[in-house]
Amino acid sequence: MEEKQLYTVSIYTENNIGLLNRISAIFQRRHINIESITSSVSEIEGVSRWTIVVKLAEEQMKKIIGQIEKQVEVIKAYYHTDDETIYQESVLFKIKSDLLFEERQIQNIIKESYARIVTVNREFFVLEKSGRRSEIELLYRELSAFGIMQFVRSGRISVTKEEMKISEMLAAFN
Amino acid sequence: MKTVTHTIEQKVNQQTERITGSEAVIKCLLAEGVDTLYGYPGGAIMPVYDELYKYQDQLHHVLTRHEQGATHAAQGYARISGKVGVTIATSGPGATNLITGIADAQIDSTPMICITGQVGSHLLGSDAFQETDIVGISTPVTKWNHQITKASEIPEVFAKAFYIAKSGRPGPVLIDITKDAQFEEFDFTYEKCEVIRSYKPVPKVNPDKVAEAAELINNAKKPFIVWGQGVILGEAEKELTEVIEKAGIPSAWTILGASAIPTSHPLNVGMVGMHGNYAPNKLTNECDVLIAIGMRFDDRVTGNLATYAKQAKIVHFEIDPAEVDKNVKTDVAVLGNAKESLQQLIPLLHSNSHPEWHQRFKDLYQIEFEKVIKNDLHPTKEGLTMGEVLKEINLQSKGEAAIVSDVGQHQMIACRYADFNVTKSNITSGGLGTMGFALPAAIGAKMAAPDREVVAIAGDGGYQMTIQELGTIFQTKVPVKVVVLNNDFLGMVRQWQQLFFDKRYASTELVNPDFVAIAKGYHLPAKRVTKRSELSAAVKEMMESKEAYFLEVCVEKEDNVFPMIPTGSSVSDIRLE
Repeated sequence: MEEKQLYTVSIYTENNIGLLNRISAIFQRRHINIESITSSVSEIEGVSRWTIVVKLAEEQMKKIIGQIEKQVEVIKAYYHTDDETIYQESVLFKIKSDLLFEERQIQNIIKESYARIVTVNREFFVLEKSGRRSEIELLYRELSAFGIMQFVRSGRISVTKEEMKISEMLAAFN
Repeated sequence: MKTVTHTIEQKVNQQTERITGSEAVIKCLLAEGVDTLYGYPGGAIMPVYDELYKYQDQLHHVLTRHEQGATHAAQGYARISGKVGVTIATSGPGATNLITGIADAQIDSTPMICITGQVGSHLLGSDAFQETDIVGISTPVTKWNHQITKASEIPEVFAKAFYIAKSGRPGPVLIDITKDAQFEEFDFTYEKCEVIRSYKPVPKVNPDKVAEAAELINNAKKPFIVWGQGVILGEAEKELTEVIEKAGIPSAWTILGASAIPTSHPLNVGMVGMHGNYAPNKLTNECDVLIAIGMRFDDRVTGNLATYAKQAKIVHFEIDPAEVDKNVKTDVAVLGNAKESLQQLIPLLHSNSHPEWHQRFKDLYQIEFEKVIKNDLHPTKEGLTMGEVLKEINLQSKGEAAIVSDVGQHQMIACRYADFNVTKSNITSGGLGTMGFALPAAIGAKMAAPDREVVAIAGDGGYQMTIQELGTIFQTKVPVKVVVLNNDFLGMVRQWQQLFFDKRYASTELVNPDFVAIAKGYHLPAKRVTKRSELSAAVKEMMESKEAYFLEVCVEKEDNVFPMIPTGSSVSDIRLE
């Protein structure tokens, strides 16, 4: 059995209702857990881009890419290892404002982690941080000692080091 | 700017007419050359049915007795003709009843369009009467699906649907139309779809890959072809015959590939798979080059993959890139349509004959004949065998009939023993294994090919899953022949219980009704055969009947189908008893 590893799947699709269902069904049917999924616009107008993180053996990853590309509204799908991509996640922390003044250490944590204060009011402040999972987890551990009112983390977004020739493919079509 | 003017001019040049969404549905179907559709009316699809009433001289609607029957009828229609089968149903239960047929069409690559009514768009998500999320439900079993909430979407969505269903590797497409969109008026024009930018149905054949394939085949000492339905869907029967004859390659077929080349062709060595023939299964593990053409290495074909053709180089001709290396690792994959690929292959092949290799197939056939075939076709025991019924049908139809089988023992016997002289003659549920398929599928097949003899063959179990379609036969007078091979058991499950569950026959014995009386209730001529001496005359009477005919043959209760590759075993371990 080949070893499983983390892959980032990038999918360029038409922007149509129901595609999320169609793509997630490919994973669900094979009993594969999706680590994270993000959908957004892409560099091409009218084309959506999906970033899905899954842990799989490469052989299975390839087969799933085949199944994804087979969907009528999928333009192209790729898979990459972490080494082949630049990737980030974003988090928001909601924390009691009092702590900012009572716990001097928090200010140092914010500075050292390059996190950004988005807003402050009498009751709470919101801290934003983008980065690798390990940096985010470190910050979470440090802040949780003081109490976190709310925490949320986005799915991974990533760009590849190598070119993905989508625009050329679509240009060739037109 | 130029393109904009161009589009406006185009629009002006095309005739538009102001019609309702419902009428547009009919006009789309007519524009796509649809002549028959199978369905069942209900609240949310009534506006379309109202238009069907007005257009009944141009579009034949067949009222089945259940929506599942409508899908199988559309599948039968599609499989015998190569055209797109069309089904129509209402929302809610009407739509969910289509699912089995849609899943069947998906796994067996059958082009089909399913039109469903949906509650009004203002009611979507409100748990309205007969509302169900059919787009969500059907997503994993459709090639494409779409919900229409505005009449103006109808022409484009229908054009795309037909293009998607038919092109490349075919499959089912579901179109869900809200009731308000059916009533809404708009300016209708229709343009067929010829391209979708995100969809490449047929990969371009790479000549280098064809050359690599040819080299492997030319250097092979023991080449072996396994072809599948891709040959039939790609209409590559002639090309396949040329390949086989020029290179002298023994060739076997998957269940859905049956009939692409006549059964009697000297290089046709039979069926592969769980109940396939002895020689092609055994010799899969002796060949040096295995050439797979338009087939997908289903587990019922390969048995245990770890011991499947490991000694052989694998060449795979395939239209669907997702099938390459999915189950069996290939040495050379030639992507593309079977016809085009084989056309490029033929001139590169050396003429060859491989007489010693052929002899191996003949020798193993002889063993299978002695151990299995002889007893199936020329039984000496008292009870009737399913095989001898098939032999009789072969004789009287001269192998020209289309055989529409259900699922189970009789299906395996039908596929093993039917003589196929004409392509598109084996219509059966291969991938999904849907009991209840045969009776409605035969109705659709006969309607699509009225000049052909169509014989449905079902077991007593599967027959009762869609037995109500006898009503459709009675109402439409479609002259299909229906044979039930009755052993009062769910025979295939019983066989497994006997072999693998110490004969604990859990819920496999059936207490059956009087099938002849039921057929007669639908005013069909019907006969029951219990003795060998009656069989020939009864089959003759059935085949000569100008109208539909029901024949029940009571066969031996506990016969088994052999050869058999038990689940998880190697093709080499195929059992003859």
